[in-house]
This record gives sequence, structure tokens and C-alpha cells, in this order.
Amino acid sequence: MIGFSRVPLLAAGVFASYPGDHSILHPAGPQASNIEWLYWVIFWIVFVVYVVVVLGFMRAGARTYTSADEMLPIMKDEAGDRRASWAVGSAITITVLTLFAVLVMSEITGKKVEGETSKNPVTIQVIGHQWWWEVIYPDPQADQTVTTANEIHVPVGKRVVILTNSADVIHSFWAPSINGKRDLLPGYSSAFWLQIDQPGVYHGQCAEFCGLQHAHMGFSIVAEREDAFSQWKAQQLKPAQDPTELVTVHGRDVFLSHACVMCHTIRGTDAGSRLGPDLTHIASRQMIAAETLPNTPGALAGWIVDPQRIKPGNRMSPNPLQPDDLQALITYLQTLK
Amino acid sequence: MAISEPVVVPQSGAADRLARTWAQPRGFWGWFQNVHHTAIGVRFMVTSFIFFLLGGVLAAMMRWQLVRPEHNAIGPDLYNQLFTVHGSTMIFLFAVPMMFQGFGVYVVPHMCGTRNIAFPRLNAFSYYIYVVGALLLWVGLFLKTGADAGWFAYVPLSGPEFTPGKRSDFWAQMITFTEVSALGVAICITTTILRYRAPGMTLNRMPILLWEKLVTSIMVIFAMPSVMVVSSMLLMDRTINTQFFNPSVGGDVLLYQHLFWFFGHPEVYIIFLPATAIVSTVVAVFARRHIFGYVPIVTSVVATGFLGFSVWVHHMFATGLPQMSASFFTAASLMIVIPTAVQFYCWMATIWHGRLQLKLPMLWIFGFFFVFLIGGLSGVMLASVPLDWQVHDTFFVVAHFHYVLIGGALFPMFGGMYFWIPKITGRMMNDRLGKIHFWLFFVGFNLTFFTMHFLGLHGMPRRVYTYTPEMRWGALNLLATIGVVFMTAGILVFIANFFQSKATGRFAGPNPWGAGSLEWATPSPPPHYNFLELPTVNGREALWEAEPNQPIVGGVREDIPEVLVTNTLDSEPEYRDELPGPSIWPFLTAIAVSIAFIWSIFSPWGIAYGAIPVVITLIGWLWPRGHSPSPRVPEPALEARWIR
Repeated sequence: MIGFSRVPLLAAGVFASYPGDHSILHPAGPQASNIEWLYWVIFWIVFVVYVVVVLGFMRAGARTYTSADEMLPIMKDEAGDRRASWAVGSAITITVLTLFAVLVMSEITGKKVEGETSKNPVTIQVIGHQWWWEVIYPDPQADQTVTTANEIHVPVGKRVVILTNSADVIHSFWAPSINGKRDLLPGYSSAFWLQIDQPGVYHGQCAEFCGLQHAHMGFSIVAEREDAFSQWKAQQLKPAQDPTELVTVHGRDVFLSHACVMCHTIRGTDAGSRLGPDLTHIASRQMIAAETLPNTPGALAGWIVDPQRIKPGNRMSPNPLQPDDLQALITYLQTLK
Repeated sequence: MAISEPVVVPQSGAADRLARTWAQPRGFWGWFQNVHHTAIGVRFMVTSFIFFLLGGVLAAMMRWQLVRPEHNAIGPDLYNQLFTVHGSTMIFLFAVPMMFQGFGVYVVPHMCGTRNIAFPRLNAFSYYIYVVGALLLWVGLFLKTGADAGWFAYVPLSGPEFTPGKRSDFWAQMITFTEVSALGVAICITTTILRYRAPGMTLNRMPILLWEKLVTSIMVIFAMPSVMVVSSMLLMDRTINTQFFNPSVGGDVLLYQHLFWFFGHPEVYIIFLPATAIVSTVVAVFARRHIFGYVPIVTSVVATGFLGFSVWVHHMFATGLPQMSASFFTAASLMIVIPTAVQFYCWMATIWHGRLQLKLPMLWIFGFFFVFLIGGLSGVMLASVPLDWQVHDTFFVVAHFHYVLIGGALFPMFGGMYFWIPKITGRMMNDRLGKIHFWLFFVGFNLTFFTMHFLGLHGMPRRVYTYTPEMRWGALNLLATIGVVFMTAGILVFIANFFQSKATGRFAGPNPWGAGSLEWATPSPPPHYNFLELPTVNGREALWEAEPNQPIVGGVREDIPEVLVTNTLDSEPEYRDELPGPSIWPFLTAIAVSIAFIWSIFSPWGIAYGAIPVVITLIGWLWPRGHSPSPRVPEPALEARWIR
């Protein structure tokens, strides 16, 4: 009874995966699909094992249950023990074979997931920072290298290799519908592959505890058609446009004369520090502060003035700007498409 | 009826003499001098249960913070301290001290049929050092220097650069305290089991519980040094600028993980094996027969002890290991399922071919079967490398290990408590309240933790203090938090039951369950000399197989605290050994050692200067007793007198 009561809950919960949900049960590429397949195979195996063992215990209990309250004598049942030896022996044999099957399927799936490679991939370097992601599209020519943050663009249907590293503590790169996670270890770099077959925006999040704002260290992967991706990349390669209007010129001056310039880069200006995210094309991104806020003027203003209220403990200091300075700065940042 | 009810002996001359010889001092200062294993065992259990309650309060606070998206009850700084101290408390201050130290120290000498644990002063010392370590962590929390780098304290996050202040130092030194304590007890228990067993209790007649205590103790001796090394390296990185874990100068962050998990995974079995021993014991008693498959079960326990050391890397699959080593550790992790499966089948066969009396302790064991199995099977999923890449460090893992640790240790622990508390207090627990406790806890536990599987599958990582509504984790989190209410109510019912039983419970008598091991041959609660007449043993269940005129051990002196030492394999009497009596020195030594340890957090000179009082107290501890000890050589002339 106790065992059965959980079955409907189990079934309901497992099947209740909602669309658009970033779940390991909603794969969007071959790596996650392979793992999803493995998940269901092992799930059904352990489900059957659970039911059989629980039924076994209930049958055993029901068979010999006595409501007698007094101390019953100790019994011996040698014939029963002989039969039980056979039963236990067989059960162990089946267990060993089942485990072996799990091992083999797990190995095959592992090889498949790691085998989805290519000689000519899109290479992306992801560097973990407390608490944001630096994203670099390296190129042999230094001026063809794209640097951005938190929003990773990939072409649909192409193999992508992610090279991982960390600038401070251990982080872990995980987008559940794309692939399993990979730790970003300081002092180690590693590579893993992913591919996305459906255009869309996929959410990911840091999965290794990395300090105060571990909860607000998200990223997104934008999978788009090849031409859109090339366009995006070409746009990202350009330096920031020089401001032309009075208010945006003022905005740039605010940026360059306040604390902003200590940490951030805007290519095409004097701001070149690498401590914080590259803001050259900040206006092209959907979210700010590692997926914490939407990239709207209001959210941006709130973030700039008091980031510690939104994301306590993060590395950005508050910037008590004059209202017109702030307005100009926001306007300027919004031109950085 | 084959159960031999021990005769209640009137206060004979021998009983008086033994009571005087083994008496423990009373009063305030007497409390610190007591070295008897029952007293120390009960202290370990009571203290660790208090820390269990405190750890539970932290868990409830975390569930409150996560009850809905963007809940603002607790900020990230406090939340990180909560889960760090919760995890550290439950593992280091509750599970191991309760399951291994407390329960082992209390019951092992009784089960061996001897009068005290080996090295009783070391045993007492281990308790005090544990208490100081536990207080250190919690005082830190209340002083707002609670450890906040997770119970695993991965570098470099826990290192000097990313956790300045003293938070990680408090954590690392707490590890040192609790592991010194566990090592001390492991030595006491190993020695007691190997050398103090009653004549006739050969290795192949040892109760399964003793086998498991032996294996666990040896695992402690091999596993704990690893974590003490790694926490000391962390401490040195933080206090004297060593660079073991600093990657920018060639230190290695993965080294930390290897050393930590080389301890960390055996630790799971150090907690789980005592629980399976409780299960084997209780199942046999309430199926009214010998356990089915003694040899396979003992083999499984020993195999688990070995295999437990070969699976640690499955905590590190996501670090990007070479495929070859990942495969090896997958295979090993799946292999360790086999010994546990063997035990499950043997328990099932025992019930199948016995007569099941579903009394309160057995109800909890049935709860264990149903609940732990889920944790074991989700463990099979986690052993698979590709699946682990997905669910590692998510709430799926949180669900998994709570099913393993609560299902695998807490359910048997409560079963064991309802089973042995009548021995410890002499009074029965209330049956109806016990059943209410069970159902509240069972429902609440599953409500809280089963939902977490789905949270993990739907992408919720561990150790996040908040989440956005867009993630749609709110409903499941709310359910999980509701479960806490039921669990809390269950625990409160248990506490009420305990105090009611202690005050007005029915008297238990020596053997209320008709059990077969030797602790049930003593009165409840047992006197300090444990056994009026030292028993001998005929079979695996000493009391079930005792002859009507079972021989007893003679020739052991009653005027000094003396025990019989037998040989390891066949437990044949070898010599008599005088055990040290009550002493204040273990307590003073523990204080001196604590000063040195805590001082060393603040200055490396703490170890140098702190060593001086340690040496002084050790001299006091080891000061000769003033008379020659019993001869530690075989005494052939006396041999005829061992067994009367």
C-alpha cells in the first residue's frame, strides 16, 4: 500500500514537463537527446525494480504476518531456507545482469554524447567570473575575436565546442536542454561539445556553488540560423559607434569619468578594463546582470544606481549619479547595439 | 521457549563488590570523570540528537526562504551559512556521532559481553573533543562567522582569497575536532570487538551488528585521515600562506576534491552500515528467527567497506575527467549496489520464512525498505556518467542523498531508538505515539524530498537562495516546504513520547522484545558492571542458543575493574586486563587540545604554545596507577578457572 500510493505521484510528476521549460526532459540537441533516452531507459528499469522489491517485501510481510503481541518462540525452517537460498541467488544474478546492462548503456550513451564532434566547429571560450560569464569567440586574427557576456549565440545545427576556464572560483556551465554540465575550474581548461537543432533561446545557470550570488549567475544560449548568426557576429565585431547627439556624448563622458571605466570595456572608447562584462554591444543583449534583469532603461538605471540591492554581494559598486547624468548614460548605453 | 530470561539476582556480595568497583563518581565534577561506556554513549547520542534538532531548524529556515519565488525572508549571506552549517551539522555533528560513536559506544561492550569499552579514557576524551568541535561551528554561526562555503568547502571559494575572515577556519577546525573524536572511538570499538568478546563468540558467531561496527571502525581509521589532511591543508593555506590549492602558483583545486571525497564517500557508508546493522538485528527479532544469510550479509558488509573506498570520483564526474577513469568509477559505483542488494534480499527472505510481528521498531524498518530503496535506485541513475552530467548539483541530487541518508540512516535510527531505548532507560516507549510519529514523518519526508527529484529534472540547481517565477519551480517548492511541517510534528511527537516514557513508561524488564544478543542479558538500564557474571556464548544469537546451564566466566577479579581479554579469531581467554577507572584527565586534556586547535586558527603559534598544556595534561593522564597491572601473559594455571 505504501509503495503503491507513490506510483501515481511518480508518474504524474515525471510526465508533467511543460513546454518551453528548460528541463533535461526537453532536449534541443543530440547531446541532451541521448541523455534523455538514457534517462528513460534507466528510469523504467529502476521503476520496475522498485515495484518488484516493494511487492516482495509486502508479500513476505503479508505471508507471515501475525498480530500476536506476545513473544513468539524462535523458529527454524530449514526447507524454507533452502528455497530462499535459490530465490536470493537468482535475485542477485538478475541484479548483477541488470547493473551490467545499465553500465553498458551508460557507456554507449557517454561515447555518443562525447562523440558528437567536428573538425570545423564553432569555437566559444566561456570564462566563469563571480557572478557572470565572459564569452569569447576566438579567432587567429586578434581583431576578429568577439568578446561578449552572458548571452551566447550559436548557429543552429552546427557543432559547437565550448572551451571552459574560470577567472576565480569553480563554476559549472549548465543548460539542461542542451547538454550536461561541465565544471569551470581555475587552473584547468577543458572542452565539451554541444549542438542545438531548434532555433530559440535556451536558459542556463551556474550549477557549482560559487559564493554569494550563485543563484544569480544565469546565461542564455540564442540558437539562430546561420545567416542571422553571421550577422550577429559581424555586428559584435564592430567597435562602438561614436555618439552623435548631445545627450549621448554626455552619456559617454559620464561613463568615462565615473567608476564604470574602472571595470568595463567599450571598444572604440578609452574604456578597456576586463574586470566586468564587455559593454561594447550591451544594447544588443536581452538581459543584464547575468540574466537577473531585463535589459530595459528602467532596470538598467536601477542596476547602475544600486546593484547591491538587486544582487547583494556582487562586485559592482553603487553609483549615485545625478538624474540627468544617469539619464544620459542610459541613453548612451542604449545606442550600443 | 529458547529464550533464556536472565535471572534477576538479589543483591549478592558479588553484586555489591562489582557495584563498588565499577562505580562512577557523581555530582558536578563526577560528571567530567565518568569513563563508563554507557554514560559516554548516552552523552554522544543525546548531544548529537540536539544537533540534529538544530540542523533541522536550519533546514526549515531554508525551506521557508524557498517557499516561493523571489521570497525575501533570508538574504544570500545567511542562506549560504544555513546550508553550510546544516550539511556540516547533519554529517559531522549528528549522523556519525549518533550512528557510529554514540550507538556503538553504548551497545558494543554489552554485545561483546564485557564490562567496559577498551581504552575508556580515550573514549571519554573523544566525547569532550567532539562537543568542543560542535560548539565551535555553532558559536561561529551565532557570532555571524558561520561557515559559508558549503559542507564540502571547495577551494578556491573557501580559500583565503574568496572567504576572508575566519569562517572557513571555523569549519576546517571543526572537522579536525570531530574526526579526532571519531578516530578515538574507532580505536576503542575495534579493540573492544577484537579482544573483549565473550568466550565462545568466535568471529563467525559475532552478531552482524558487531561485524558492521568493526568494518565501520576500520573505515573510519582509513577515511578520516584524508579529510583531516585536506582540512589542515586548507587551514595552512589560510593561516600560514601555504599554496596547496592556489592555481595561480601551481596549486591544484582538484587535489582538494579528491582528498575530500576519498573521505566523503566512505563517510556515507560509515553512516549507512550502522543502519543496516540495526535493520539486520531488528528484522531477525521481529521475524522471530535467525537472520537468513548470515555469511552473505557479513560478506556484503565487508565488501561494502572495501568498495566504499573506490567510488569517490563519482562526485566529480562533471569536472571533465578522462573517459577511462569515469568508466572505472561508474563500474565501481554500480558494483557497490550488489552488496546492498544482497542484504535486501536476505532481509526479505528472513521475513518470508519467519513470523512477522509488526511492532513499532519493525514498522520503521519497513519504512526504511520503501524509502531507502528510492534513494538507492536514484543512486544507480547517478552512477551513470551522462545522467550525472545532467542532474549533478541539482535538487535531484538533494532528493537522492536525503532518501539515502534519511531513508537509509534516520528511519533505521528511529527504529533502533524504539528498540533500544527500553534498554537504556528501562522503560517502554508509547506505541501509539510511536506510530503517529512514523506516519507524520513518513508523509512529510516524502512530500518534501520526492518533489525535489522533479525540481532537479526541471533544472533547479542546488544551493541557490532564490529563483525567478519564470522558472516555474514555485509549486513544487511550496509542496516541499509543506512537508517540513509534518516532519517537525513527527519529531515533536517523538520527543514528547521520550519524556513521557522516561517518566511514566511501562517497565521494560531485561528483554522486552525476546531478542538474542547479549545486551538483553543485562538488566534495563544496565548497572555499571554490565554483567553480574560474565557470559559465554554458544551461537550467533547468544540468548536464543544458550544452554539451560550455560557456563559463565570465572576468575576475573571483582575488587578491581578487570575484564577478560580473548583472542581475535576464536575468542579463547588469554589474560585479564585492568581497565583505568574514572578520571578528570581526559576532560582536562580535551580542554588543552581544544585551546591549541582553536588558537591555531588565529595564530600558528597556537600549536607551539598550546602543546605545553597538552603535554602537561597527558602526563597527568598517563601517571602510573601506583600498583602493578594485571599480568598480560597467558596464565595456564588459571585457564581452568576462566570458564566455570
